Amino acid sequence: MKILVCVKQVPDSWAEKKLSPAKVLDRESADAVLNDLDEYAVEEALRIVEANGGAEAGHTITLLSMGPERAQEALRKGLSMGADAALHIHDGALAGSDALSTSRVLAEAIKKEQPDLILTGTESTDARMSVIPSMISERLELPHLSFAGDVQVDISAGKVVTKRMTDEGVEAMEAPLPAIVTVIEKINEPRYPSFKGIMAAKKKPITQMSLADLGIAPNEVGTGGAWSEVKDFALAPARGAGVKVVDEGSAGSALVEFLAEKRLI
Amino acid sequence: MSKVFVFVDHTNGAVAKTASELLTLARSIGQAHAVIAGTSSDLDAAVPVLNKFGASSITLLESGEINNHPSSAIAIALADLAKSQGAKVILLPSTARGKEIAGRLAVRLESGIITDAIALTPELVSTQSVFGGSTLVHSQIVKGIPVITIRPNAIEPVEAAGSAAIEKVAVAAIITAKITSREPAVRGARPELSEANIIVSGGRGTDGNFAPIEELADALGGAVGASRAATDAGWYPHSHQVGQTGKTVSPALYVACGISGAIQHRAGMQTSKTIVVVNKDPEAPIFDIADFGVVGDLFAVAPQATAGIKARKG
Ligand SMILES: Cc1cc2nc3c(=O)[nH]c(=O)nc-3n(C[C@H](O)[C@H](O)[C@H](O)COP(=O)(O)OP(=O)(O)OC[C@H]3O[C@@H](n4cnc5c(N)ncnc54)[C@H](O)[C@@H]3O)c2cc1C
Ligand SMILES: Nc1ncnc2c1ncn2[C@@H]1O[C@H](COP(=O)(O)O)[C@@H](O)[C@H]1O
Repeated sequence: MKILVCVKQVPDSWAEKKLSPAKVLDRESADAVLNDLDEYAVEEALRIVEANGGAEAGHTITLLSMGPERAQEALRKGLSMGADAALHIHDGALAGSDALSTSRVLAEAIKKEQPDLILTGTESTDARMSVIPSMISERLELPHLSFAGDVQVDISAGKVVTKRMTDEGVEAMEAPLPAIVTVIEKINEPRYPSFKGIMAAKKKPITQMSLADLGIAPNEVGTGGAWSEVKDFALAPARGAGVKVVDEGSAGSALVEFLAEKRLI
Repeated sequence: MSKVFVFVDHTNGAVAKTASELLTLARSIGQAHAVIAGTSSDLDAAVPVLNKFGASSITLLESGEINNHPSSAIAIALADLAKSQGAKVILLPSTARGKEIAGRLAVRLESGIITDAIALTPELVSTQSVFGGSTLVHSQIVKGIPVITIRPNAIEPVEAAGSAAIEKVAVAAIITAKITSREPAVRGARPELSEANIIVSGGRGTDGNFAPIEELADALGGAVGASRAATDAGWYPHSHQVGQTGKTVSPALYVACGISGAIQHRAGMQTSKTIVVVNKDPEAPIFDIADFGVVGDLFAVAPQATAGIKARKG
């Protein structure tokens, strides 16, 4: 079985983010890391392989990322967790790509790779759109099992079974392979790369791909090909300085007074 | 007048509050055209609410199976309808389901997509609040029929009585990923987190005891939220988590008890209209965004507030 995991490099979610004068995310202003939420997808891929006979059984894990040169660092992190190989789609023309372009590029790469199972995170912590996986599903007409809190692959039956966790409750879902599964952060505890893993990752292959390799014209993606346009941005008005009281036995009542004044009760 | 499509979310015909918000917004742009997916009985239950909020027309995407195929069948039918009826824009709620459908619609229609908008002008310039509320971005879609998801609670619903023309379109069940069984979530009497006007949240500071949080929420008629520290510890279900990987909420009142205010938590609640904080540590970052902050023990402050509210209500 061939598993492909979509991972993105993002500014550290602990950092304050801002837009650059060019109206795109200022990626220089924060450390770049592997999207925390994609670590769960990498971990789940490793567990699926381990539960099905391991690498010896012929299962492989390939990471797929579209991003600038330094996205390789994020790929190395995933490789050091235990993935076997990585594909890096890197092309100057991709700068400023929106969700439609990104999903198209990833879909073309997936078509080339022909994996049996595609795993993704629920959201990239920078774009926060949560739309890429369903867009890929729509483009490739592959079933999408979203919000998976549990994933079981039945290789002989050629299907994947998940538990979908939503507000409505827990839904058991299934689909034939190949399929796309989006995993939630409660599914597992991602492992820390071991020293051995980090050393081994240095020798694992990262294959570079350009737009030409995927048969996509440069003007169809990036800022020029974008389907939406940022007109302007502004810092949100700062919240007015609030009241801060130290409880000396009656702060709960003061709180009620405040709520009453604001007509919230 | 141009047709503004509104995707109506519902549970067995009980229309989500987001529909009243989206219909209100749609009326400020053109004619509100409600689209609902489900059965005829779902439609019957939904019509009075859709009329109350001024829908000019309603289309039922009819299928008994549709609820077992989360988003792809709906997206296909909705895209066809939008094309054939010449929709000016399609509005969906910025919920997990709304975004899944929106992503698919954008691909099918080859249209631009904007998620999590908090406002939209008649010229279709949207406002998004990003980076945990620190920045407001104005953008516009330049290709296709714009697909825009609107954050719950961002628009104040306004009634406008009407009586909409109703049309039904049969939808073929497309079986790709299917739901084989369900364990419905146990719903208490409290409002739904993403729809609630008032939310009281607890964090690690509750030490696992959510009783004072729930009692305060009940006195205020609000929903209960939790930080990730609290859901990770198993003290409260994940579906109640507020923040980056939980829900983004924007209620009239958000009360954070025993929550430090990590950037990922603030990302989900910073746009709340009024923020109240109870925390023992005067240095906790959550105080930076508080309209009313109490430095104190939540186990003393919350019960006193609950008692005070009950006394007022009589
Ligand atoms: C990718 C990513 C996504 C994340 N997503 C989310 C998310 O969606 N939502 C989220 O909440 N977090 C999220 N986090 C986690 C976040 O970074 C914090 O770890 C988390 O919010 C902390 O929860 P807390 O404030 O309850 O706990 P703590 O930070 O431990 O704070 C507890 C607070 O309680 C106070 N306290 C203790 N006892 C009392 C008492 N008796 N009375 C009053 N106050 C008391 C303390 O002073 C302290 O300020 C995410 C992290 C990452 C990396
Ligand atoms: N540039 C990218 N390269 C690889 N995977 C991506 C990229 N962007 C998004 N993804 C995947 O899609 C998921 C959802 O991202 P988003 O829709 O951007 O919030 C992420 O968790 C990743 O798994």
